[in-house]
Amino acid sequence: MLFFLRLALRNLFRHKLRTSLTALGIVIAIVAFALLRTVVDAWYAGAEATSANRLITRNAISLIFPLPISYANRIRQIDGITGLSYSNWFGGVYIDERNFFPQFAIEPKSYLELYPEFILSETEKTAFIKDRKGAIAGRKLAEEYGWKIGDVIPLRGTIYSGSWSFVLRGIYRGAERKTDETLFLFHWDNLNETLKKTDPSRAERVGVFVLRIDRGGRAAELSDAVDRLFENSLAETLTETEEAFQLGFVAMTEAILVAIKIVSFVVIAIIMAVMANTMAMSTRERRREYATLKAVGFGSRYLLALILGESLALSIGSGILGILAAFPAAGILAAKFGTLFPVFEISSRTIQFGLFASCLIGLTAAVFPAWRVITFPVSEGLRSIG
Amino acid sequence: MSAKPKDLRAAGPVRYMNPIVEIENLTKHYWKGDQIVPVLADINLVIREGDFLALMGPSGSGKSTLLNLIAGLDRPTGGVLRVGGINIAELPESSLTDWRSEHVGFIFQFYNLMPVLTAFENVELPLLLTGLSKRERREHVELVLELVGLTDRMDHYPSQLSGGQQQRVAIARALVVDPALIVADEPTGDLDRVSAEEVLELMEHLNLNLGKTIIMVTHDQRAAAKAHAIRHLDKGVLTDDPSGTD
Ligand SMILES: Nc1ncnc2c1ncn2[C@@H]1O[C@H](COP(=O)(O)OP(=O)(O)OP(=O)(O)O)[C@@H](O)[C@H]1O
Ligand SMILES: [Mg+2]
Repeated sequence: MLFFLRLALRNLFRHKLRTSLTALGIVIAIVAFALLRTVVDAWYAGAEATSANRLITRNAISLIFPLPISYANRIRQIDGITGLSYSNWFGGVYIDERNFFPQFAIEPKSYLELYPEFILSETEKTAFIKDRKGAIAGRKLAEEYGWKIGDVIPLRGTIYSGSWSFVLRGIYRGAERKTDETLFLFHWDNLNETLKKTDPSRAERVGVFVLRIDRGGRAAELSDAVDRLFENSLAETLTETEEAFQLGFVAMTEAILVAIKIVSFVVIAIIMAVMANTMAMSTRERRREYATLKAVGFGSRYLLALILGESLALSIGSGILGILAAFPAAGILAAKFGTLFPVFEISSRTIQFGLFASCLIGLTAAVFPAWRVITFPVSEGLRSIG
Repeated sequence: MSAKPKDLRAAGPVRYMNPIVEIENLTKHYWKGDQIVPVLADINLVIREGDFLALMGPSGSGKSTLLNLIAGLDRPTGGVLRVGGINIAELPESSLTDWRSEHVGFIFQFYNLMPVLTAFENVELPLLLTGLSKRERREHVELVLELVGLTDRMDHYPSQLSGGQQQRVAIARALVVDPALIVADEPTGDLDRVSAEEVLELMEHLNLNLGKTIIMVTHDQRAAAKAHAIRHLDKGVLTDDPSGTD
């Protein structure tokens, strides 16, 4: 059998051009597959980075309606809620519309307590908390725009009109790879004081409350408890786990994600057809050789090993190359996307899936030709001109 | 029939007299759609151990078909086909395959060597089906390559060998498992006269000195002259008087 695998490898390199082109096709397909899957993963990264101990309370009607800050004290009363902070989506523009990154007005002290995965040195933390005009940014974000501590960051308001500027007091890094390092955070008080003067009807409001609960297992019960508190009030609330909240965003773009997933499988299906064609061509040319092997006394399993071995060697070899090539490709893409995706990395699941797809490509390409070769009558095979 | 084979047979040992191939009322036809294509009709033939039989006849007369039947590559439509006492028509496919690997050596018009294997590896191929160790295989391969005079070419690929040399490699491959029966379908059909002569001498040697039974299909009178007996096929019918060869 070993001999036959060697024979399979030698058969593989008989048509160098054909083999190389097919291999190139598989490499490209696997790279495309891995990148598409990584885009999908990146979309879900927000939900991945969540904590089971955090709940998000928002306006029951829609996220675009705020909640009164006064709710904070009543929520804190609930037994089991061990921490509370709040944030507003700011949505400002940094120099140009294309420079997108998420900005939140937050209550610094409580917020950093609830998000221990944002790691900030003590000095930077104190500097940020002390300076009402201060802000902090994630490492990736600061790198992207070359910000240093002390820089003044101007933002043009869209939801909250006017020109805003903040002094960068700290650059946080994520405790884990999946932690979002693209956020821009500044004082909620800063926003609120300004609104009190310019647009009092929108002051004293928050976008969402972030709650810390004592045990992840109590999420449902405590969510209920919060929402019951504001039942039949002017602004009813909807509380859910941080994960559910983040998945809610993903759900809005579900159709796109499904489309991307379908495309990723279509790519694999196309290369399967290409590969099957290569194998069909090769085996047809070698009919007389296979017939000779049969005449000499080699049974079906040898021929199967020969054809399957050739097919799998090509598909798995190219698949591994493709996966290796996907890493630099993802790196280039990640640089291009900048802060659009907080995390853009090829996951181990994508690697596994890529390898599995490679095996499948080789397997499906070999099945039909092998069956043909095995069932083809020897005497007819010997007649074929090859 | 020439006198030569009879003389040789008379001089040969008695053990060569057992029949190795027994064919009675053998018929073969193919189906083309729903139409029957008759190829062989009512063939009766006995080939004895140590025979060297040449099968001749016009193109399409069924020579290859008959040879393939005897070698267990194809199945008859009717009649009896015993080779070495076994009714091979009744063997299931996998047993037939195993049977071939042990009992029949094949020589083809176009040599049918694996182009990606060296002469040595091509000859080694049938031995992979035996339980022989690597060293034993090497010994066997070297022995038969020496017999066909290609020891110095064993690392060459078929494309690096002349037609005659390739056919000798093929003969070595047919010989390496030491089968009782060797079938050759136009073994000299693709060779020039000198190479053909070498190949024929080699086959004669296998027959005379190694006791191999050989059945050879050929169009070439010179080739047929090497055989002990010549049988003619015409439109699927053996035309000679059978008593001549028995
Ligand atoms: N698989 C098949 N299906 C239908 N007809 C076949 C098949 N194989 C062979 N035949 C027919 O059987 C007849 C005998 O073929 P065969 O190859 O035995 O002839 P041959 O005597 O060896 O001829 P040649 O000298 O040209 O090699 C031919 O008419 C051929 O067309
Ligand atoms: Mg023929």
